Amino acid sequence: MLQVWKSFYARSDPAKAYSLLSPALILVTLAMLIPLGLMLSFSFFTQVSFTEIDYSFTVQRYIDFFQKNLLVSLLIKSVKISFIVTFVTLLTAYPVCYYIAFYVKKNKMLWLVLLTLPFWTSYLLRVFSWKIILGTKGVINSSLINAGLLSEPLTFLMYSETAVIITLTHAWAAFALLPLYVSLDKIDFSLIEAARDLGLSRLETFWKITLPLSLPGIIGAILIIFIPTVGDYVTPALLGGTDGRMLSNMIQAYFGKVNNLPLGAASATIMLITVAIVTIIVSYTTKKLTQRIS
Amino acid sequence: MNDSFIQINGISKHFGNVKAVDDVSFQIKEGEFFSLLGPSGCGKTTLLRLLAGFEYPTSGNLLLDGSDITALPPDKRPTNMVFQNYAIFPHINVEKNVQFGLRKLGLTNDEIIKRVKDVLSLVKLEGYEERYSSQLSGGQRQRVALARALVRQPKVLLLDEPLGALDKKLRDEMQLELRTLQKEIGITFVFVTHDQQEAISMSDRVAVMSEGKIQQMSSPNELYKNPQNIFVSDFIGETNFLKAKTESKDGEYINVNIEDLGSFKIKNNLNISENASDVICSVRPETMMIDKEKSDWDICLEGKIKQTSYLGEMTKFYVETKEIEKIITVSSQYFDNQSFQDGKCFISINLNDISLLNKK
Repeated sequence: MLQVWKSFYARSDPAKAYSLLSPALILVTLAMLIPLGLMLSFSFFTQVSFTEIDYSFTVQRYIDFFQKNLLVSLLIKSVKISFIVTFVTLLTAYPVCYYIAFYVKKNKMLWLVLLTLPFWTSYLLRVFSWKIILGTKGVINSSLINAGLLSEPLTFLMYSETAVIITLTHAWAAFALLPLYVSLDKIDFSLIEAARDLGLSRLETFWKITLPLSLPGIIGAILIIFIPTVGDYVTPALLGGTDGRMLSNMIQAYFGKVNNLPLGAASATIMLITVAIVTIIVSYTTKKLTQRIS
Repeated sequence: MNDSFIQINGISKHFGNVKAVDDVSFQIKEGEFFSLLGPSGCGKTTLLRLLAGFEYPTSGNLLLDGSDITALPPDKRPTNMVFQNYAIFPHINVEKNVQFGLRKLGLTNDEIIKRVKDVLSLVKLEGYEERYSSQLSGGQRQRVALARALVRQPKVLLLDEPLGALDKKLRDEMQLELRTLQKEIGITFVFVTHDQQEAISMSDRVAVMSEGKIQQMSSPNELYKNPQNIFVSDFIGETNFLKAKTESKDGEYINVNIEDLGSFKIKNNLNISENASDVICSVRPETMMIDKEKSDWDICLEGKIKQTSYLGEMTKFYVETKEIEKIITVSSQYFDNQSFQDGKCFISINLNDISLLNKK
């Protein structure tokens, strides 16, 4: 019997593949699919009283979501903040990666490690340190006041959308660096030289060659930043105030002090679907756009 | 024809302490197939990149067709390059690759279409317009690179070891084709290669480079038959070196004392007049004769075959002699590796086939 199994295993690629995948498959099933299924089913229930849930099927929670202006506007705001964060991160990380990929000859790895050095401290600590920088008595405000440039502290810096955007951009920049660097580093420099040789200026070469060829990295970076930042609730909770609140803070409240599990589950599901749709649209249009310019 | 179409005047290029190109001056004729030949690291590619505008010289200047191009960026130079790895843009198809360089020339749409069509038929790539680089063979990619550069009708085409990545059969074919193409369109080609056979078989003139300097610049025949120094003689083909001292000049000839062999009167191709100066005598393996019997040639030495290598059309023999310390290489089309059972042989040299080389 063992012999039969051994010879079957030796010949069957799918058997090998599944046995190698099994640790990950088990983990994903236990830690992702089951909770996700639970959340999905809860979104079709009704919270009757503080402790009691009616388990009969209804889509009323989804209708509730769209009837509450607050939830819809928070969803839109979450997506908007994430978009801005993604855009600003790309804009700051891309030139850095470009420089390392094409102009740094030795110790590229060292540069990358040094750039990601701040990210070795905990996420929470970094969020708190932004409080010290942006606060009403923080580094920026007190130095501007001491320099006589301001008489009152800038209030939009702290407990605002701006604070959330600045903090998230900084927090996720490291994750954009790697995919961007990898895709830029893969570009054969002679392609760039060839474009210059064929009469294109530096800027034109960037638009026609470098940018389209680094597209996989750009899409990767967009997804890596956009997806987690839409759902981030630590930064808006600590630095957002009322102005910078995002949908995830509401979802947390529904599962916590408000104690409306079904509405929380429905909001989370809607957010999941929104992220999926936005992701698909963004990757598709980015691809089309670059095809047009090249 | 303009004899000084490209003028390279005292060009140096230093990378830190390394003198990649060291005070080089020469001229390239209009419509010429010119090769830069040398081992890797000799500065030939740097020199080509200086012509293309990818590098700027540390000193010296470059003139093309009478105008100074030293400080022009690559997109402003009337040159185009065929890259070693072809550098075909992977995200656009063959047709768009070839059109790529035409956007900035201010041509009408009809002209662009016509030029692309003409150049694709010139390099025999009709029907491949829609393909991408990844769908082409090495030889086809090379043709795309050629078409993309030629379609702009540059004054000079720069080729950076374009045949290096092809297999031998295809390389031989492309050599012939490139040569024919160049004669047909009459554009000046500057061709970089480390393959001496390639340079010799294709070029009108060859510049042999080593350590950033030009060692010799002449026609392929001249290069092979009359190398000016040891480096060139060794790099172009194969040869045997024998140490010698000059004795006395005798008209067009000179008496030399070849180490271990004695005095001989040979052609004074270097026009040496001093006595007792150290020189090197070079004898090509194919000019010597190997035989089982003694011959009546000017020099005949008895030897023992240490090693043979059979090459099909000829065989190389590595022969040890009593007189000369070094192993002598002789090649023969008549005998092969099975001809000498006991290894005993005679090698003969004609004095006419000995050429003098500068020690340096």
